[in-house]
Amino acid sequence: MRSLRRFLTRLMNLATRRTHDERLREEIEEHIALQTAENLSAGSSPVEARRQAMLKFGGVEAIKEDYRAEGGLQFIENSLRDVRFALRMLRKSPGFTAVAILTLALGIGANAVVFSVLNALILHPLHLPQSESLYGIQHGNEASSYQSYPDYLDLRDRNRSFDELAAYDAAQVGLDTGENTARVWIVLASGNYFDVLRLQPFLGRFFHASDEHGPNSAPYIVLSHDYWHTHFQDDRGVVGRIVQVNKHPYTIIGVAPPRFNGTLVFFNPGFFVPLVDQEQVEGVNDLNARGKRWLFMTMGHLKPGITPLQAVADLNSVGSYLEKTYPKDDDQRTFTLARPSLYGDYLGQPVRAFMTGLMSLAGLILLAACANLGSLFAARAADRSREVALRLALGASRTRILRQLFTEALLLSLMGGALGIWGSVALLRSMSAWQPFSRWPIQLPVNPDAYVYGVALLLTLASGFLFGAVPVRQVLHTDPYEIVKSGSIARVGSRVAIRDLALVLQIAICAVLVTSSMVAVRGLVRSLHSDFGFQPRNALLADTDLSMSGYRGDSVPEMQKRMIEAVESIPGVKSVGLIDWAPLVSGGERGAHVFTDMTTDLRPSNAAADAFTFSISPEYLHAAGTALLSGRTFTWHDDKNAPPVAVINHEFAHKVFGSVTSATGRYFKQHDGTRIQVVGVVEDGKYDRVTEDPRPAMFLPMLQSPSTQTYLAVRSDRDPGQLAAAIRSTVRGLDAGLPLYIGPWNKELDTALFASRMAATALGVMGAMGAILSLTGIFGMAAYSVSKRLRELGIRMALGAQRKEVLQAALGRPFKLLAFGSAAGLFLGILASRVLASIVYQATPRDPLVLAGVVLAMALLGLLATWIPAQRALSIDPMILLREE
Amino acid sequence: MKQKTEVLQGTLALMVLKTLDVLGPLHGYGMARRIEQISGDLLAVNQGTLYPVLLKLEQEGTIASEWGASENNRRARFYRLTREGRKQLQVETQDWEQTAAIIGRFFEAKAEDLS
Repeated sequence: MRSLRRFLTRLMNLATRRTHDERLREEIEEHIALQTAENLSAGSSPVEARRQAMLKFGGVEAIKEDYRAEGGLQFIENSLRDVRFALRMLRKSPGFTAVAILTLALGIGANAVVFSVLNALILHPLHLPQSESLYGIQHGNEASSYQSYPDYLDLRDRNRSFDELAAYDAAQVGLDTGENTARVWIVLASGNYFDVLRLQPFLGRFFHASDEHGPNSAPYIVLSHDYWHTHFQDDRGVVGRIVQVNKHPYTIIGVAPPRFNGTLVFFNPGFFVPLVDQEQVEGVNDLNARGKRWLFMTMGHLKPGITPLQAVADLNSVGSYLEKTYPKDDDQRTFTLARPSLYGDYLGQPVRAFMTGLMSLAGLILLAACANLGSLFAARAADRSREVALRLALGASRTRILRQLFTEALLLSLMGGALGIWGSVALLRSMSAWQPFSRWPIQLPVNPDAYVYGVALLLTLASGFLFGAVPVRQVLHTDPYEIVKSGSIARVGSRVAIRDLALVLQIAICAVLVTSSMVAVRGLVRSLHSDFGFQPRNALLADTDLSMSGYRGDSVPEMQKRMIEAVESIPGVKSVGLIDWAPLVSGGERGAHVFTDMTTDLRPSNAAADAFTFSISPEYLHAAGTALLSGRTFTWHDDKNAPPVAVINHEFAHKVFGSVTSATGRYFKQHDGTRIQVVGVVEDGKYDRVTEDPRPAMFLPMLQSPSTQTYLAVRSDRDPGQLAAAIRSTVRGLDAGLPLYIGPWNKELDTALFASRMAATALGVMGAMGAILSLTGIFGMAAYSVSKRLRELGIRMALGAQRKEVLQAALGRPFKLLAFGSAAGLFLGILASRVLASIVYQATPRDPLVLAGVVLAMALLGLLATWIPAQRALSIDPMILLREE
Repeated sequence: MKQKTEVLQGTLALMVLKTLDVLGPLHGYGMARRIEQISGDLLAVNQGTLYPVLLKLEQEGTIASEWGASENNRRARFYRLTREGRKQLQVETQDWEQTAAIIGRFFEAKAEDLS
């Protein structure tokens, strides 16, 4: 209580700058006068009486100092004084200040951005109540979580570990609100979806399990808040409105809360529809097909007290029940749990690995920045050694001087941090608003939150202390007597200084960054030029889904045939092919089990291969530029009345028949027992991801396996823009209400290349930052070394040294450090690149081009950074210089 | 060094409170003289150290001060004990006596007592 009152009084004094100096002066005067009077009366001479009185009182200045310390808050006062002094020092060297702030801003900004993405994707992805107990169920043997509807029901009803299980699928529908039909990505959700996620509607109501009464029984729509905002202009009267989904009437019953966009962190569906309406939404009814795994994910909250391990054991016991009860459809039903936000481990694992890698690279950048600043700081401290020595000689304590240095370092780091955070917030804002694909509602909500700011502040302070600590040893070992006597510390020479180590460390880190970015960029370039199994150049892709305009049954292939013929007749079009699922564009699994002809027990474990399945028009292979290796392609006579046939790829032939030459004419079986004859073999291609290994695939004639999904591959040399317009008007002529996407095929590959492109961009930026940092680092070192040795160099030149020798003397050391650091960094970078190889396609560090590139880049950086100091060393005029001092 | 002054300061504060309690309002010099008389040479060298302690006590509210006239009619600052200071003195006196008693017993203790 008393100390609180005292603290407040002192704080007041500090704030009002009130001091008791005057009062103390008077009191001291009075005190000494009284003492002098007493001494006088004891018989001393007046002079002696006063001298004794003063002696007895003690050091007036020291007491004043104590008195002041009692009156105010010394710590804060000193800190303020330090800050003022530091600001003055920084203003005096604006170049150093600017470089330091920018360096730090880069380092801290990079960390803030990367951490913000890490935070948004991995640490705090979903804004759902109690999301820590929310788990998705994925398969035990692979990182995917597809489930069939009957299996989902069994899992939901038979498990004892989850409160309740919800399931969902993503689909695209045509939404007709009275104007044009718009294509919208939606989530098909089980009735209990919103209740399982513990959400409350923003408007109206959600659908519930009690709304489900068999197929197509719940024609309800819950809009996402974003879609309501952008497409219904926040109209609160929207609840109760009836709209058309794929030409079926649906009622909008509510709006989901803001910030809820489903449970996939990057996928923003327009609205939510009950799963039982699958037939109307996707055109097929798979609610009873146990073998068809189409549900995207099954998820729920674990019951309190149940560990994930217990839940897995429980789910596996349900799985073994399923295996026993439905041997034909279910095999290997084992499960693991994963977070639902990045589609389990399918994306979660690579994203986690990559973000961890990126975070460590960002950390390295900050470390390099600190090393950079540390060496600059050490150099400054050396330049200021006279000032330090003087202050020490005048009685300042070493802690006091160190505190001053740290104040300066912290001030710099705070300014740099503020700038870095400001920049990163701007960048993150634009990243959050960015929609990389027109085809997909994909967005990365990476806006910074309190965690991000906290971590950025922490990093700022930590780096301030880190580089502020570099000159500590120097200050502690300052001998004021020596320095004041000799005038300067002319001890540039053989001893390994801390700042040399800092520079080597920094260059090594930068070389790691440059190496990994080069590896990544090189990998990306290769993946862009790799063989996809089709020729995306000079071709357009036009796609639609006929079910959105109400086509059913036989009218589907009929319409598709008419579309092909109409587009073929456009002038300049060379060929037109149709496929139901464009490889690398549509995305997702399209595997189907196939069996050898001899297999009679068609359970999944007996399958000969898991083959991608496409249905195509006769012209497709030609239009896509897929090479036929042997046999024939389809004709329009391969229809429902003809025997079932297939064209398979090389890998399929190899895996199922053992050889390519003998495959044509032979038979294989499908899951339902249909015997299919192979009529042709084509080259392998990439189907789901560019990074995948060769996978078996089969192409079926579109008349034998019809689908409403329609991708037209149009090959032509015409200008893509004009051609797209022509195709659009042609298709409009057939059906004006058909929603259509048209784009150059190689642009449509963006989705498939997105990951490696983002990775390469991120790593490229890191590499550039590394390069900038090493540039400033070497520059600082070289410039400092030249300026310190100007006199020596002048003498050398006066004594007849050649340019080469001068350069060697001035810059030999920075160059040696550069070479040493680069070599270490290159070696480390090659080690680190192995991690990259798993994310960036075809990234290999053992690429002579990469190695040469890194060496060349570092040498160039060295040349660039030492250019100005070298010029300065060469332009020394010994006469002027020697006359100066 | 520092520790010693702190101990000294703490003791000094208690001496100031006690002196003011016994003698009533006093100025700095008067207090220094009394403490010197009673404590011998504890304050003989640096009488000035008294003033920071006085300021601290005043900020804590245990003493108060105002200007007045000294014996030779000069302006002097007089310090007096506040009610809170009196309470504080009581508490600290008790504490001190207790501590002194304990330490005293330790010094009087012989080997046989401790076995």
